Amino acid sequence: MFKLKDVKFKDILNVKDIELEEKMITAILGSSGGGKTTFLKLLNNMITADQGMIKYKGEEIESYDPVKLRREVVMLPQDPKIFKGTIKENFELTEEIAGNKASKKLNYNELLNKVSLTQNIDDFADNLSGGEKQRLALARVMLLEPKVLLLDEPSSSLDKITEEKIINMVVDYAKENNRTLIMVTHSPEIAEKFADKIINIENGEIVD
Amino acid sequence: MSGTIDIQITQLVFAYIFVIVLLFIVKQKEIGHKGEILLASVRMTIQLVAVGFILDYVFANQNPIYSLLILFIMEIFAIYNIYGRVNGEISKKLKIIIAGSMFLGTSISIFFFVLAVVGLDPWFRADYFIPLSGMLIGNSMTGISLGVNHLINGIRDNKDLIENYLMLGAEPETAVKKISNRAFYNAVLPTINSMMGMGIVFLPGMMTGQILAGASPIIAIKYQIAIMMGILGSVTLTVFFMINKGSKTFFNSRKQLKM
Repeated sequence: MFKLKDVKFKDILNVKDIELEEKMITAILGSSGGGKTTFLKLLNNMITADQGMIKYKGEEIESYDPVKLRREVVMLPQDPKIFKGTIKENFELTEEIAGNKASKKLNYNELLNKVSLTQNIDDFADNLSGGEKQRLALARVMLLEPKVLLLDEPSSSLDKITEEKIINMVVDYAKENNRTLIMVTHSPEIAEKFADKIINIENGEIVD
Repeated sequence: MSGTIDIQITQLVFAYIFVIVLLFIVKQKEIGHKGEILLASVRMTIQLVAVGFILDYVFANQNPIYSLLILFIMEIFAIYNIYGRVNGEISKKLKIIIAGSMFLGTSISIFFFVLAVVGLDPWFRADYFIPLSGMLIGNSMTGISLGVNHLINGIRDNKDLIENYLMLGAEPETAVKKISNRAFYNAVLPTINSMMGMGIVFLPGMMTGQILAGASPIIAIKYQIAIMMGILGSVTLTVFFMINKGSKTFFNSRKQLKM
């Protein structure tokens, strides 16, 4: 799905050669500030590498339309911003900004259920706790049914039990729907348990 | 009871007593800024005297080149004034867009106003063309300054939110839509507010001037209504052009936020 060769971004990241396979679960581990988020941002063109080559589906990322790419490769940041209004309005706005192209296999209530939120879709999103907001943001990403999900510590605000439950759910979702999942996690246990492939990034370099 | 009462130079000198009062208060209260007050008074006097002589000449020697030249000078001063009023750095691209929006927006409004509304004949009649243009340019300058500041601050303060939009696959225009709309509203708000209070809270400058010059209040209000519409149109157009094009300058060709 992705091929990176001699990719360099400032002094933050330096990737010699790596391939991320389609429909696989990849976990990225590493200490904070090591370049994990930068790695994800390079994959959906939120930033551009200073040098090197990144290929997506065999095509150089530079020649791929950036918005089209981001609609196929959706990133969930570590501290996602929730839109003002109700949960329903958050879903509606997400569909609107992504060009209304979601096929809506799942309805809003099913999505809330999947991320273990018990709220009503007409409840105000501002009233959710940090962990609940993070799960709502994950539900927004799933609503768009992207080909690739880039998740930056999607469970960092959750307790251990909820964390495992949510990761389990998203991994199942990716497998059932033949999606590619690339997630940054702080937990080696989570990575070991769920990922097909683990990448360790330390001080901007991939280590074995 | 018609015509303008001329103010003699000796009488005009009396008006400067107000500056002396201000200087006295500032000194007594140790507020400071005496130099600034003096400079402002001297600058205003020199600038207005110079403009008075220039306009006197231009009015007596009607020529389209003079009218257009003064229009051009007013635009340049307004544009540099906008650059000075913006908090922080503005990119070269945004500066060009500000200048372009000012020229385009005010020119459309001015020519529509003098030709279609006032029916000026010849169109370059300096005693109408210059003051009317000045009012439209001055108000557009204020509007665009507010718009640019709100746009820059809005994008800077909502950087994370905009990036969240982009990550979900939004086009840059969609990602900044709310910020752009808010900047637009804040830019035209002073014009709308002044329309609200006009005639009740205050008598507007143009109307006051015409009444002092001996025009009937009915003619004065007709001009005032017309100029307010002209100002509204000019502010709307200039700010619309600036925000529409200017918001794009915050993104690069890969549709990444540059801030």
